[in-house]
Amino acid sequence: MGHILQQFSQQAVNGLSLGSIYALIALGYTMVYGIVKLINFAHGDVMMVGAYLGWIATTQLHWSFLPALFFAMVVSAILGMLIERIAYKPLRNASRIAALITAIGVSLFLEYGGMLLVTAQVQTYPPVFPETVYNVAGIMFKYGDVVMLVTSVVLMFLLHFTVQYTKVGKSMRAVSFDKDAALLMGVNVNNTISATFAIGSALAGAAGVLMGVYFNTIDPLMGIIPGLKAFVAAVLGGIGIIPGAMVGGLVLGLTEAFVSGLGASTWRDAVAFLILILVLIIKPTGLFGKNVREKV
Amino acid sequence: MIVSKWLNRKNVFGLLAAILFYAVIQGSILTDILPPFYKLNLILICIYIILATSLNLINGITGQFSIGHAGFMAIGAYLSAIITAKLHGPLALGLLVGALVAAAVGFLVGLPTLRLKGDYLAIATLGVGEVVRIVFLNTEYVGGAAGFTLSSKINWSWSFWLMVLSVVIMHNLINSTHGRACISVRENEIAAEAMGINTTKYKVLAFTFGAFFAGLAGGIYANYMYIIQPMTFSFLKSFDILVMVVLGGLGSLTGSIFGAIFMTVISALLASFPEWRMVITALLLVVMMVFRPTGLMGTKEFSLNFLRKKGERNAA
Amino acid sequence: MLLNIENLSKSFGGLKAVSNLNIEIREGELIGLIGPNGAGKTTVFNLLTGVYDPTEGKMLFQGKDVSGLKPYQVTHRGMARTFQNIRLFGDLSVIDNVKIAFHQHAKYSTLSAILRMPGYFSGEEEMEQKALELLQVFHLQGKAREIAKNLPYGEQRRLEIARALAAKPKLLLLDEPAAGMNPQETHELMELIRWIREHFQITILLIEHDMSLVMGVCERIYVLDYGIIIAHGNPAEIKSNPKVIEAYLGEEVI
Repeated sequence: MGHILQQFSQQAVNGLSLGSIYALIALGYTMVYGIVKLINFAHGDVMMVGAYLGWIATTQLHWSFLPALFFAMVVSAILGMLIERIAYKPLRNASRIAALITAIGVSLFLEYGGMLLVTAQVQTYPPVFPETVYNVAGIMFKYGDVVMLVTSVVLMFLLHFTVQYTKVGKSMRAVSFDKDAALLMGVNVNNTISATFAIGSALAGAAGVLMGVYFNTIDPLMGIIPGLKAFVAAVLGGIGIIPGAMVGGLVLGLTEAFVSGLGASTWRDAVAFLILILVLIIKPTGLFGKNVREKV
Repeated sequence: MIVSKWLNRKNVFGLLAAILFYAVIQGSILTDILPPFYKLNLILICIYIILATSLNLINGITGQFSIGHAGFMAIGAYLSAIITAKLHGPLALGLLVGALVAAAVGFLVGLPTLRLKGDYLAIATLGVGEVVRIVFLNTEYVGGAAGFTLSSKINWSWSFWLMVLSVVIMHNLINSTHGRACISVRENEIAAEAMGINTTKYKVLAFTFGAFFAGLAGGIYANYMYIIQPMTFSFLKSFDILVMVVLGGLGSLTGSIFGAIFMTVISALLASFPEWRMVITALLLVVMMVFRPTGLMGTKEFSLNFLRKKGERNAA
Repeated sequence: MLLNIENLSKSFGGLKAVSNLNIEIREGELIGLIGPNGAGKTTVFNLLTGVYDPTEGKMLFQGKDVSGLKPYQVTHRGMARTFQNIRLFGDLSVIDNVKIAFHQHAKYSTLSAILRMPGYFSGEEEMEQKALELLQVFHLQGKAREIAKNLPYGEQRRLEIARALAAKPKLLLLDEPAAGMNPQETHELMELIRWIREHFQITILLIEHDMSLVMGVCERIYVLDYGIIIAHGNPAEIKSNPKVIEAYLGEEVI
């Protein structure tokens, strides 16, 4: 019995660290969807770019973890803003399907453009952290796990603070509530949307670095699956809702960890998609969402 | 009587053109003039035409948004390959069973999923496609990730005429009251319901037909290639098909045909530079959406109507 | 009795949009439902046509309860509507708009269409013929091949009515057909509505904001305010009803 409990707790720890990465990526998805009603398919690929930026900073420039993280976040933020200005802004009044197709295009562009730049070869992340493992009552905490959890939680608190209490955050909430009304109230809608993309992409960049540290290896297609899963997390929590994305990410991470723990790790990806389909069918607005109906 | 209705000038011209094209290629295959690389790509074009037009039936004609077409293709591919290679059944049976099972899955998946709209539906179909792939990936009987090998049974004649048949069936469906019902769902779902159209029925119909032909295309693909693997049917394949449909124009069958030919040729030209191929595809998508979101043809069809007699033309 | 609405209520959240509605319509009548903006008129239509499910009450159409049916099922039972904000199939031709409404009466199957069997050709010919006849009635036959969204506003309104009639309803529901029309056009519309009733032998329920139109054509009028019927009677009675005058007070048209 004690053994099972210990196993259970161990999977919970693994799930939480993975889930916190999903949550970081999901936040960007959810913020962008909330404000421009677009599933930014390229979001997972921004995370991949973040992972490479962190890799360059640590291996080529020999920076330590925090400056590398900061560097990845800043450059990812700029990339996110550029993507929005170049590809999405011209389509703001087009159909949502056109925007979604564009997002798929941007995603493919980053993946394979990235492949041209850095080759498809898998790169190894340097050991940024000591290999220390803490043993608390039989449950193993890797040093990296702890850093990941702490980093994610700090970033989420920063985000929460930004959205709730700063001018940018208030504008973001106003624009996502009613774009036209916000415009009339003197909110600079373009800048607000840019800011949303910047913040979301910075979080994705950070998630990329953590991902590299966690899995040790990175490649240009690494963003696809975590990107999709983070989207599942965002939908699970209720897309457009920031706390929902955090909870969704953690729930998904935990579920995956338990599925792997049961020895069915090859089914892990299918589980995420099954959750998605079930949520979409049973409660499309997610755990925290409200129902909205088209006006006739 | 009925034959005379079928054989209007437009149809006769179309049929003659198809026979002529088929004969030229078949002749050059029989006389060994046609290099294998060309033959491969001609067959791929047939497969992609079926895939693109059938996805268009869902996305363009009925206005739903599926990005899980590779999943249905996978079902058709695996089932037909199991029948022909593992059970040594006849090719026609394999193709038919593959397509029918794909259609059945399309129907089952369609029923609950289709209550979703737009981008939610898109993600759900992507999820379904991936789940299908992961199921095959985890099935030892079909070789898991490594897939399994089979001997090539399909030739140019099968591929070409199955493609023609598929396109004719879809064309006939679209240009009928049932096709108009599908289009009304795309145009305005609320108005369609108010005019007595059972929109759920027609969405499911489009999904079932779309999945059927995707399954057929998968069957042709599997029985032409010597090996099938789950990796082939990832959502990147769905995106490939989507690109063809979008380039040609959502809602235009002829547009999808152009799109399928164009993208297959581009892929063939850039076969040694796969990254460049994807980068160009990606740029095409973005540029197309920004500058011409309706695709090359919009919802219009390239038509041979000018060949018709005046009286026939209006009734088209 | 063609339509019998009994104690119909609809709440959104805690808000009662319509409460305790009672309306009776006999075959062949031309009835108006009026009320100030936001009185709940369109909600009544949406309840009738299955867009919303009622919170309470019954709607008997030809003696059968139609509440809980889907919009297309309601149309199959014999009610067809137009929309306040025109909802045509904008990118389709005028004649296709009409043909789509004929669909429920189509006589050939999907298989017959795919195989181009004789039923397809005769069925299509019949639909084409009927659609053209209907368009002729609305003076739109010359524009049958034009794209619906390119028609001028007034013609779009007429096309929407023609399309609703193609569904062969027993009860035609018109949602503010005069919205956006000038007095001249409104007058023509009045004539048209009267004529439709005679020509197609159908019952019409008209939602209208424009009082002059309703007073001119309707035999009986229900007045809705804050989701409650506040008056009911013939145009003369409605005009002199103090409750109605009060409800419309501050509105420019009376």
